[in-house]
Amino acid sequence: MSVREGTRQRLGAALWRRPWLRGALILSPPLLWFLVIYLASLVALLVTAFFSTNSLTGNIIYQWTWSNFSQIFTQSVYHTIIVRTLLMAIAVTLTDALIALPFAFFIAKIASRRTRQIFLALVLLPLWASYLARVYAWINILSNHGVLPSFESHLGLPVTNLAYTNVAMWIVFSYLWLPFMIVPIYGAFERVPDSLLEASADLGAGSWFTFRRILMPMILPGVVAGSIFTFSLTLGDFITPLLIGGSSSNFIGNAIYDSAINGGDLPFAAALAFVSIAIMAVYLLLARLAGAFEAL
Amino acid sequence: MLVVLFLLGPLAVIVVFAFDKSNVQSLPIRHWTTHWFSVAFHDPAVRSALWLSIKAGLAATIIALVLGTLVAFGIHRFRFFGRDTVSLMLVLPIALPGIVTGLALQSAFNISHIELSIYTIIVGHATFCMVVVFNNVVARLRRTSTSLLEASSDLGARPVQTFRLVTLPMLSTAIIAGTLLAFALSFDEVIVTTFTAGAQNTLPLWIFGAILRGQQLPEVNAVVVGVLLLTAIPVAYAAKIASGDSAEVLGQSTKP
Repeated sequence: MSVREGTRQRLGAALWRRPWLRGALILSPPLLWFLVIYLASLVALLVTAFFSTNSLTGNIIYQWTWSNFSQIFTQSVYHTIIVRTLLMAIAVTLTDALIALPFAFFIAKIASRRTRQIFLALVLLPLWASYLARVYAWINILSNHGVLPSFESHLGLPVTNLAYTNVAMWIVFSYLWLPFMIVPIYGAFERVPDSLLEASADLGAGSWFTFRRILMPMILPGVVAGSIFTFSLTLGDFITPLLIGGSSSNFIGNAIYDSAINGGDLPFAAALAFVSIAIMAVYLLLARLAGAFEAL
Repeated sequence: MLVVLFLLGPLAVIVVFAFDKSNVQSLPIRHWTTHWFSVAFHDPAVRSALWLSIKAGLAATIIALVLGTLVAFGIHRFRFFGRDTVSLMLVLPIALPGIVTGLALQSAFNISHIELSIYTIIVGHATFCMVVVFNNVVARLRRTSTSLLEASSDLGARPVQTFRLVTLPMLSTAIIAGTLLAFALSFDEVIVTTFTAGAQNTLPLWIFGAILRGQQLPEVNAVVVGVLLLTAIPVAYAAKIASGDSAEVLGQSTKP
C-alpha cells in the first residue's frame, strides 16, 4: 500500500469517527457564504436606512439619523403609496384565492390522473416562464391597439381602455401570481382523503355543510401559504406598476426603485424597504396567530 | 378550462406577435415574418446582453450547485444546534420580496466600496439560485433512506467510494433538475439584477429598458420569445428527469 493511499484511508477513518468534523466541513462553505453575503447584506440594509444623502452632492453621509423614517411617517405621499400597495395586495390575494379554490378542487378531486398531470404542468409552466414575457404579453393585450380592444371592436362591443389603469394592474398581478396560489391549495386538497368527504355525506351532512366544516378548515392553511406569496410578491414588485400602471400608480416597490436607482438616495430606499419587511412580518405573525403554520 | 386559457393565452399572444411584420402590433396580422428575429440576433446591444446573461448565469449556477448540494447534505445528515433556524433562514432569499434582497446587496456593496460589475451580479444570483438547488436536493434526500449508505460501508467501501458510487447516483437527477431550474431562474431574473448590475445590461434588463422607453418593440417581441424558449427548455427537461415528480420539483421552488 502506498503512503498516499494510507494517508487517504486514515483521513477517511478520522472523518468517519468524527461526524461533527464532517458536518463542519460540509456545512461551513455554504453557511459562510450565506452569513457573509446574505445576512450581512440585510444588516447593511438596516444600517444604511439610518444614513442620509447629501442632496447637493448625492454622497451618502455615514451618520446616524432617523430622518428617513420620520419622512416616511410624516409625509402623506408615502401614506398614499403604502395604502395603495396594501389594497392592491389584498385585492390580488382575494382574487387569486377565489380563482384557485375551485380550480385546485377540480384538478385534485375530480379530474382523472392523466388530466390532473396535464393541468398541473399547464399551471406550473407559466410559473417558470419568463416574468417579463408575461408582463409584456399583457401590454400587447391591453394597450390601445392591443388584442382586447381589437377583439371588442370586431364584435361590436364597447371598447374598454384599460391601459395604464389600476384595473389593468389588478388583472396583471392576479395573472402573474395565480400559479403561486394554485400550487399550495392543490397540495392542501390532495391531503384531504376522499373517505372523509364520503363519511361526512354518509352522516347526513349537506354538501355546503361538508365544505364549510370539513373541507375549509383543511384547505385554509394552503390558502394562507399561497397568500403569503401573493402578498410578498405584490409588495416587492416595481416592474408591473411601471409598465402596466403607468406614471400615476406608485407602489412601495416603485418608491424604492426610484430612490435607489433614479434618485441616488440609497438610505431612503433602504428605509422604505424596511417598511415592506415590517408589513410582511406583521402578515406572517397574523397568519401564525390564525394557526396557519401548525397545519402546514 | 378558462383558468388555463387565462394562464396560457397571454404567452400565445406574445409568440404570435413576434412573427408580425408590421411595426405597430395590431390584429389581425397581415404579413408573417421572421425578420424581427434576425434583427434581434444581429443587434450588438442584444448580443452583449445575452452574452452577459449566459456568463453570469453559468457562474452563478455552478456556485449554487456546489453550495446548495453541500448545505442540503449537511442539513439533512447532521443534527446540530439551531438546525431548524438555519433551514428556515435559508429560504429567506426567496421568501422576502426580491427588491429587499436586491437593495440589501446594493447597500452591502456600497458600504464595502465594491463597484457593481458582473461579479456582483453573480454573487446576487448565486445566493437565490442556491436555495433552488437546496430545495430540490433536500426533498430527494428526505425520500431516500440511509440504509443503502450503511450497506455500502458494511461491504467495505470507503466514505469517498460510497459517496461516488451510491450517494451521487441517488441524488443525480435531483441535483441536475435543481441546477437547470437555477439557471432558468438566473437567466430570467430582473429585480435583484436591477440593484446589482450597475451600468451593464443583462438580457432581462435590456428587455425591461426597451419596454420602458417604448422603443424597438417588435424586436423586444422576438427577444422575449427567445428568452421564453431558452428558459422553457431547461425547465421542461428538469421536470422530465425528476421522474414524475414534476409537480413537486417545480412547485416547491418558487421564484424570488
